Amino acid sequence: MNAFAGSIDRPNSYIGRSVSRPNAKRLLEGRGRYVTDLVLPRMLHAAFVRSPYAHGRLVSIDIEEAKALSGVRAVFTGEDLASICAPWTGTLEHFNNMKSPPQVPLPLEKVMWSGQPVVLIVADSRAIAEDAAELVIVDIEELPALADPVEAMSAEAMSQELADNICFATKLDSGGVEEAFDAADTTVGQSFIFGRHTAVTLEPRAIVADYDPSENRLTAHHATQTPYQFQDVYSRHYGIPEANVRVIAPDIGGSFGMKLHVYHEEMAVVGASILLGRPIKYVADRMESFVSDIHARDHRVTGRLALDRDGRITAMDVDDVTAIGAFSSYPRTSAVEGNQVIRLMGAPYDFSSYRANLSVVFQNKVQTSQYRAVGHPIACAVTECLVDAAARELGLDPFEIRERNLIPDNSYPRTSPTGYQFEKLSHQVCLARLKSIMNYDDLLAEQADLRVKGVLRGIGIALFVEITNPSPAFYGVGGARISAQDGAILKLTPSGEVHCSISVTEQGQGTETIIGQIVADQLGIDREKVRVMTGDTDTTPHGGATWACRGAGIGGETALQAARKLKANLLAVAGLILQAQPGELDIRADWIVEAVTGQQRISLAEVARIAFFRSDTLPPETQAQLSVVHHYAPQGYPFAFTNGAQGCLVEVDAETGFVKILKHWVVEDCGRIINPLLVDEQVRGGVVQGLGAAFFEECLYNEDGQLTNGSLADYLVPMACEMPDIEISHVETPTRDTELGAKGCGEAGTAAASAAAMNAVNDALVGHGAVLTQIPMTPTRILRALGTI
Amino acid sequence: MKARAFDYMRPKCVQEALEAFASADGDASYIAGGQSLVPALALRLQAPGLLIDIARLDELRGLSIVDGHLRIGATTRHCEILGSNLVREHAPLLAKAAPFVAHPAIRNKGTFGGSLALADPASEFPAMALALDAIIEIASVEGSRRVGAGDFFIDLYETALQPGEIITAVHVPVATVKTRTAFDELARRRGDYAIVGAGIDAQMQGGFVERMRIAFLSVGPTPVRVSAVEAALTGRQLTPEAIRQAQDVLGTELDPAGDEHTPPKMRRHLARVLLGRLLGRLEANV
Repeated sequence: MNAFAGSIDRPNSYIGRSVSRPNAKRLLEGRGRYVTDLVLPRMLHAAFVRSPYAHGRLVSIDIEEAKALSGVRAVFTGEDLASICAPWTGTLEHFNNMKSPPQVPLPLEKVMWSGQPVVLIVADSRAIAEDAAELVIVDIEELPALADPVEAMSAEAMSQELADNICFATKLDSGGVEEAFDAADTTVGQSFIFGRHTAVTLEPRAIVADYDPSENRLTAHHATQTPYQFQDVYSRHYGIPEANVRVIAPDIGGSFGMKLHVYHEEMAVVGASILLGRPIKYVADRMESFVSDIHARDHRVTGRLALDRDGRITAMDVDDVTAIGAFSSYPRTSAVEGNQVIRLMGAPYDFSSYRANLSVVFQNKVQTSQYRAVGHPIACAVTECLVDAAARELGLDPFEIRERNLIPDNSYPRTSPTGYQFEKLSHQVCLARLKSIMNYDDLLAEQADLRVKGVLRGIGIALFVEITNPSPAFYGVGGARISAQDGAILKLTPSGEVHCSISVTEQGQGTETIIGQIVADQLGIDREKVRVMTGDTDTTPHGGATWACRGAGIGGETALQAARKLKANLLAVAGLILQAQPGELDIRADWIVEAVTGQQRISLAEVARIAFFRSDTLPPETQAQLSVVHHYAPQGYPFAFTNGAQGCLVEVDAETGFVKILKHWVVEDCGRIINPLLVDEQVRGGVVQGLGAAFFEECLYNEDGQLTNGSLADYLVPMACEMPDIEISHVETPTRDTELGAKGCGEAGTAAASAAAMNAVNDALVGHGAVLTQIPMTPTRILRALGTI
Repeated sequence: MKARAFDYMRPKCVQEALEAFASADGDASYIAGGQSLVPALALRLQAPGLLIDIARLDELRGLSIVDGHLRIGATTRHCEILGSNLVREHAPLLAKAAPFVAHPAIRNKGTFGGSLALADPASEFPAMALALDAIIEIASVEGSRRVGAGDFFIDLYETALQPGEIITAVHVPVATVKTRTAFDELARRRGDYAIVGAGIDAQMQGGFVERMRIAFLSVGPTPVRVSAVEAALTGRQLTPEAIRQAQDVLGTELDPAGDEHTPPKMRRHLARVLLGRLLGRLEANV
């Protein structure tokens, strides 16, 4: 149904153009307004005393000296906040038998991870609050920490509310797996370890909670990607009518999924503001971020592939144990990642026998939950590494084995053995494109030449499938009050400009830019004349906001349909003014024109002037509708799947174990591209996060459950110097579920970068008896695999 | 994290700084570039009652040749070392190590004397001071004294500096026509503290080693000279065999600790690899 008749050269054809971001200049000039910039009258500051133990029983808390310190306004412990806050539990109904202990802002009896906030101090400044924190004496009886996930599976339950430490377990079995393995000509199997890492946003988590008792009204200025979800959470858990809760997400410095979970600190600060009737600011510092932001991944996977003599995959069998910390996160849970891991396994390939086991396990560490490319990198790396292992076993080139196995482009729609419905994917085109932009044959020749000289180059490729545009099948069906629809309000100004407030949100990726492009394109007005506003629950319609790559696909469609509605209204008014049929008119370059000839009749500004100020000159009974509200919920397929292929070229120094990443390639099909520049930036950023996971980022814990590298000196984020050039190419297969045809692109880079990197390193090490199946692939792990140390 | 409250003063001369410290009952800290102290204050790992800012004292600035030595004023910033022709000509080892010191923003503030005073065993300049046999000039209320780099680094973050003393300058013997130097390090990311690093300052004549000093960083609680390795190479040509033997000696001489990323065995292995590569470069004179 995609109706994009016009050429890209018509006036105001912004869809498909690399236009700049209207907000970039403001942010570059330092005029961004982040939560931390906010200063309110009578505002206080919060700091937390945290548990030094990963597991322990609270014996006593002495807050007297802290309370007595000058400048300290209040000190709160568990009971103070539990008495006004309803507990929350991170489960979803469509995950059968999922369980998690209830959570409260500050613990009442036990501490469950090292870094868990225990006492909240509110003072005139953050420095005073930290002074007071040093005066609090928390007596904790230390209990044995459950750090290892496999141990935790069989250990005694660490939460008294639960019978064991299994949060969620499930199995998938399409049948025929045993038979296929019995009949296989070749089988390969590997065990993988995927380390924990974390988001490390430039802007840390931050909130200013401002409760006004006179109106029973809460305003939360909150660095989040999902203001509507938090409006709902604060309303229900603190018993404030939803309409009285306003959540404002101003400029946000990155989120990557990390800022859409409910955190104990933010809940405690909201409660403290309610108790004190004053605004309270809390900004996590970097040390706090490492021990309290959600972590991601942490999987132990074993996987097997069965293949016939032609190298065709006949079956796949996987087991994933993933550890999620002491609680399942709320309200999206910590089981979604594992669920997506087992459902995305083998997704690009044409086989029908699939079996998977998933165990989601509690342990005494900070929570893990959804982070960019939820589950994708795990499923992709396991699948793609096994495919490469099979290729080595069979003596097939990595491209060749994939060409033999991937789902043909002409065979859609398809349903995967794990139950996902694919509308239309383009693996064959993407793989061929990848081979071409990599100059694969030249790379192979160069690799062979250098190998003679002792230089170990490795080439790795990986195919991926990405979930985008989620319908209520994602959260709504599980009982979570998380919207799959979005809403937009378009208002004409009396000068003929358009103001758009929309429920998708901006965290630096360019959401506002693409929404402006779509509105201007569809209305036929200059992009500069569209002002887009996001992130305020009082002034935008309720919606899902930005996550799971839904901003362009769902938010963009909402904007498109709203713009068409407003355009129809404006043409109706113009028709009355011009005594013409609206159907014979169009809007181009801010003018009402004859649709056929393009002849200018009246400016949009003049239509607006007449409609707003001289309605007396319009025919009687005319009520010009100069603003529209429009909502859009995805229908048709439950998700819009995207796909693509990545390649990675590395050089391994076999003496030191150091890896130089020389080049990375991405071919990506996200459907209709609205802004190629922004898509490329999303892909590059995603690749860098994927390469970070592959080579650098890991939250390291000791056996006592203590994070041992919780600073930016010890936790290695990928830096520009170590990152390669990333070449990107696009294939466009629009979804036919929407007019716009856009699918998501934000997670594609992350989904397969680590898989391609693993395959590249292992390709470099062929003949050296080493195979890396754990990420990050550190020099130490590489030298161990080589048997050097 | 926010630092605890502290007083701050900016003295006009070294003498005033020394007196201010003396009257603070030991509850004071000098600050110059602040690249290590300020984070430590923010983390509340240190909480002195008084900060005495010596960054702008003229007496502590400047690079010059004095008595056959390159005199490096204590508050000479890392970026000045990096950009100095005097350093390149007379202390080429320092010039080679300077690009590896952290990142430009840190090099713009951090000072040479501050780096030595902190004596982080993972820092480049303390180890290079050792390799260069530098002399450290120290002021106290009692007067001035000089300590050789070999006696200066005592233990982890512990030096010959007594409370209240200030490094005023560092004197490096100038290079000769026989001088050959090499520096390199292995760091996961450019600008990070290295897993291991090393600098070599040698006198070579006709392909033979007349004298060689080798100092490692990140292999112990202090910068480490490897005298057994130096002895094994003195008087010899840097043949592949000599280099291999030196690597073997190093394997027995170093006893590095591990950290969360790197077990001791890994560090020792990388030190051997690095030594071999540096000696190879000296031999090739690159």
